[in-house]
Amino acid sequence: MDPAEAVDRAVARYGAEAPRLLAMLHAVQASLGCVPAEALDRLAAALRLTRAEVEGSASFYHLLHAKPHGQYEILFSDNVIDHMAGKPELMRYFCDELLIQPGKQSEDGLVFVDSTSDIGLADQAPGALVNGVLVPSLDRNRLDLIANLIREQRPFAQWPQTLFEVPDNVRKGGPLVGEPFAPGAGLRRALAMGPDAILAELEAASLRGRGGAGYKTAAKWGSCRKAQGRAHYVVCNADEGEPGTFKDRVLLASHADLVFEGMTIAARVLGAKSGYLYLRGEYRCLADRLRTVRTRRRATNLLGKDILGTPGFDFDVEIVLGAGAYICGEESALIESLEGKPGRPRNRPPYPDTQGYLGQPTVVNNVETYACAARILERGGAWFAGLGTRDSTGTKLLSVSGDCKRPGVYEYPFGVTLRQVLADCGAQQPQAVQVGGPSGTCVPWREFDRRVCFEDVPSAGAMMVFSRSRDMFEVARNFTHFFAHESCGFCTPCRVGTSLLRNTMDKLAAGKGSAYDMERMQMLMRVLQSMSHCGLGHTAAKPVVQTMQVFPEAYERRLRNLSYEPSFDLDAALETARLITRRDDEWAHIVSEEP
Amino acid sequence: MSTFTLDGKAIPFREGETIMQAALDAGVYIPHLCHRPGYAPHGSCKVCTSSVDGRNAASCTTRARDGMKVETNTPELADMRRALVEMLFAEGNHTCPACEKSGDCELQAVGYHVGMDHSRFDHFFPARDLDASHPDVLLDRNRCILCDLCVRASRDVDGKRVFAIAGRGIRSRLVVNSASGRLGDTSLAVTDAALRVCPVGALLPKRRAYQVPIGKRTFDLKPVSEVAVTEARRVKEQSRG
Repeated sequence: MDPAEAVDRAVARYGAEAPRLLAMLHAVQASLGCVPAEALDRLAAALRLTRAEVEGSASFYHLLHAKPHGQYEILFSDNVIDHMAGKPELMRYFCDELLIQPGKQSEDGLVFVDSTSDIGLADQAPGALVNGVLVPSLDRNRLDLIANLIREQRPFAQWPQTLFEVPDNVRKGGPLVGEPFAPGAGLRRALAMGPDAILAELEAASLRGRGGAGYKTAAKWGSCRKAQGRAHYVVCNADEGEPGTFKDRVLLASHADLVFEGMTIAARVLGAKSGYLYLRGEYRCLADRLRTVRTRRRATNLLGKDILGTPGFDFDVEIVLGAGAYICGEESALIESLEGKPGRPRNRPPYPDTQGYLGQPTVVNNVETYACAARILERGGAWFAGLGTRDSTGTKLLSVSGDCKRPGVYEYPFGVTLRQVLADCGAQQPQAVQVGGPSGTCVPWREFDRRVCFEDVPSAGAMMVFSRSRDMFEVARNFTHFFAHESCGFCTPCRVGTSLLRNTMDKLAAGKGSAYDMERMQMLMRVLQSMSHCGLGHTAAKPVVQTMQVFPEAYERRLRNLSYEPSFDLDAALETARLITRRDDEWAHIVSEEP
Repeated sequence: MSTFTLDGKAIPFREGETIMQAALDAGVYIPHLCHRPGYAPHGSCKVCTSSVDGRNAASCTTRARDGMKVETNTPELADMRRALVEMLFAEGNHTCPACEKSGDCELQAVGYHVGMDHSRFDHFFPARDLDASHPDVLLDRNRCILCDLCVRASRDVDGKRVFAIAGRGIRSRLVVNSASGRLGDTSLAVTDAALRVCPVGALLPKRRAYQVPIGKRTFDLKPVSEVAVTEARRVKEQSRG
């Protein structure tokens, strides 16, 4: 297919609307194997954008690329949990098998291998995205199988389905992931009581957002309801990108009715007609299951026109696919992305509840928050408030991974101690737990009696367990690589600071660090925390700050001396001069003295 | 009229004005790079970060409120602001002695203002493109600080939308609106506001390099604090007249 035809088809399918740009870019890449320059101009013309604007969006997202990635694309998940499960060695093994280099398409145009940020399979690490589809539990056997399929050029659609089976791994269930739900049970009660009573029910439940910030759901929906606008929108944040988190994967794969139902209840409160479920690009393989559930709900009048016979209550949900950008988990960046733009967080205020999608009042909530709302309307606010602690009601899904015997999803009432979770998952000699992902809290062994709740250790759900054999410096270094890769680049402190932090950690890892570097990192941390535009920058230095405090020896033993150490190699810098002068004798080298 | 305090000084403001606008109108300079009077506030360089009732925020995007307490000249903020300017120098390829914008460059002027004498951070020395395809304009991405001013000026003043920022993170880059990706194939004219607002030497008119000799340039004659306040007043009077 030529680029013009691919673009025209995408435009015909999605309509010539700028907010659909991301969907069209996906479609073009599916047809052509990439988004080539010629496609940018044609898309711009069709959508009345400039080519520069289209290029701005297309080049922002990691899963879209301007050059072909071959017939088979294998992206290895790069979280520290994948590293601990052997990712670097396995990726090298796989590349050697196929005689290729990471980041470069093979010469025959057949295959492309690279790393990508955590893909939501930490319970089945190491994982990879193969042609955009999740493949868990990689080992040499499975990689041999994949290499053989590639060598014989088996069409991707005919690959054995066993490769793509992703078990839910629910280890401890509760009202969200352990008990059956009759679709419509919450919505029927909600429709019978009306918007004010729905808000009162959520208020009685004291439901707080599950995405991390913990904002009261009733207050968010209430203020959005009051805001004036041409239309109100309901948005589900399914951009689960925090490394080590995968509980939304399970909710979406096996409990999507709860999620759609929560969104529909929100629509009733706001008077919204349209909802958007923003699904992270890495979870593309879940989209079909979501569409199946949506179709069933439409057929049973739980979505669509005059829902459950309520005249004028029309609501439907569109599934919008992200394209590889952690920052889109931030609600205003997510809205920018929904509008087809690069996912850069907006200046706030105004907040989405008054000016969100297309400038209209919008509620953005996490997948799990909508699931909770559906259960609350089914069983009542008082029931929900009876679970958990005073300021953190209900249950919380935890994604447990790392050094433990039973990684997976655990549902506990809020307030559970880390010690309890570690015992239940069979943690092996844990020295620390990273709660809430890289942007969360590193809790060392002596504080394992702390509790998961907003009053103590808040968490969007990730718990990565590190045994005594793990080097916590390497954990922090992996996280600095993650933040540098995912910084959107809008503001100076985060754009430059995350890369400087990563480079300094790499310098320390190479044994070239000095006390001067430690001082400089302290400065970077202060700048990141106090001057960044959004939460990504504010928290990007946290893994380093915390591990420096709790595990200072992990840093100190890497310091070469206590003063200054250059980041460059004097001898290597002379290489060009040696080539020009054709000298390679002793006097053409600078030998640095080993300490 | 409502007022807030800026480092102890009372600053009057009109409803809807930002801290930056009110401060400049009152003759008080807060260091900045991505802000320009008359252009939509952007808030990306973060050089103007102040403590607003105890919380840090960009002065150029934060609306003034009656009675609010703003501090911008604290030793802590001054140190971080200097670090931020140093980070910009480390990020690109800024060689003041060899740059024809020297003396007219806001990055350089702000560097002097915040007391920067070197960069504490390792330079990236990125490989960036230089585009000399336009007959009258040079685009040198080595000096671009991604302030977005040319993007806004071209869109909001020139009505052309010649520029956009592409890529992500440290790989963010200024792109231009032409199929070839070259500046010469865009509708940019040397008289465009997009050119005039560039605070650094990324967008330069050709053949004018040393018409004004070093030593007699904008910031050779007056400090950036004075230039910025004068410019704000000029823009304000223009919008009134």
